[in-house]
Amino acid sequence: MTETMPLEADRLGKRYGSAWALRDCSFALPPGKVAALVGPNGAGKTTLLQLVVGLTRPSAGTGHVFGRSPRAEAFEVLPRVGFVAQDHPLYRRFAVADLLTMGRKLNPRWDDAFARDRLARLGIPLNKQAGKLSGGQQPLASLDPLARRDFLRTLMEAVAVAESTVLLSSHILADLERVCDFLIVLAGGRVQLADDLDEVVRTHRLLVGPRADPAGVARVHNVIHASHAARQTTLLVRANGHVYDAAWDVRDVDLEEVVLAYLGQATDGHDYDDAPMPKEATA
Amino acid sequence: MIEFRLDGRSGVPPYLQLVNQVKQALRLGLLQPGDQLPTMREVVAQLAINPNTVLKAYRELEHEGVAAGRPGQGTFVLDSLALPANANHPGLRADLTRWLDRAFAEGLDEESVVALFTDALREAVSEGVAS
Repeated sequence: MTETMPLEADRLGKRYGSAWALRDCSFALPPGKVAALVGPNGAGKTTLLQLVVGLTRPSAGTGHVFGRSPRAEAFEVLPRVGFVAQDHPLYRRFAVADLLTMGRKLNPRWDDAFARDRLARLGIPLNKQAGKLSGGQQPLASLDPLARRDFLRTLMEAVAVAESTVLLSSHILADLERVCDFLIVLAGGRVQLADDLDEVVRTHRLLVGPRADPAGVARVHNVIHASHAARQTTLLVRANGHVYDAAWDVRDVDLEEVVLAYLGQATDGHDYDDAPMPKEATA
Repeated sequence: MIEFRLDGRSGVPPYLQLVNQVKQALRLGLLQPGDQLPTMREVVAQLAINPNTVLKAYRELEHEGVAAGRPGQGTFVLDSLALPANANHPGLRADLTRWLDRAFAEGLDEESVVALFTDALREAVSEGVAS
């Protein structure tokens, strides 16, 4: 890779004791992309985020930001990175104005005017203690819909103006579909999918047809997830070229269907119906 | 100037929704040739949407000859929506209309017609291509 990627993971892994929280994680996030990081709780999302900003040390592999190590080259990396943790670690006894001072002193690229403007727009008084503010300054999860939209708008404006690259972890797929153009699916501590969203939507198809063994389809396309009802089989495939098969009704997929299929592949691997089917080939 | 909106449940990709809304506004006369489309930043601020999506929509409109970008100024609507669709294949269309009349006369409803057509199309294509 000749171009320096804003974010690049190469077989990145983190082990706590004998358990891998993240394993063999490899992907490259190109400049200007807004990536959705999705996966169930415990999939390794927080671990990945902490690794790439240097809050924790990898047990294996590397995670580089602008081609540099966030721990060994923290002085080069950290001024270029903004990180909003889900537990919003503010010093609760600090007044808001003190936190602004802290931000200014600790960040060479601090934009004080922007910070003050944002606080004013949110109606947060500078003299109030952080611990006495109402909750819900979390990135997305606990925000009401209006505040969430406002947060995403601010983020997208930053992308438009500063051409920032974003890695955004959220469970709210509707938000992600609106703002993201890159998708990283984590499950079971591994990367299930990391690609341009256009490419994801272009290459995946939902096949609905009479109940059948998906082995035939699996010879040509990658079957990500199969489910069977009494007389109907539904396959989500990553297609190699066009799917023309009279036996199947071929449909486009949306982000949610793709994500659920990959999570289903990673976690259950079983169909929930009663009748057993031959073991299926899953590429 | 038009105001975009996004339907999160439509299943239509966001960039395509923007493209369609510009075309629809042209058809309805809400946009006139020479009108400027909202700037990328305006759309981003209004919809909280990825700026790349807006750029992609405008590129598509330029590609289709519906709009043109002027460096440093913005994106503007061109003469008219060059829609050749209705001029296309009058013979085929007439055949199809006759076929539809027959289908409805035989008691098929709209969904059955679509299913039948889709099925026949898929069969024709799969016979034509590969196996």
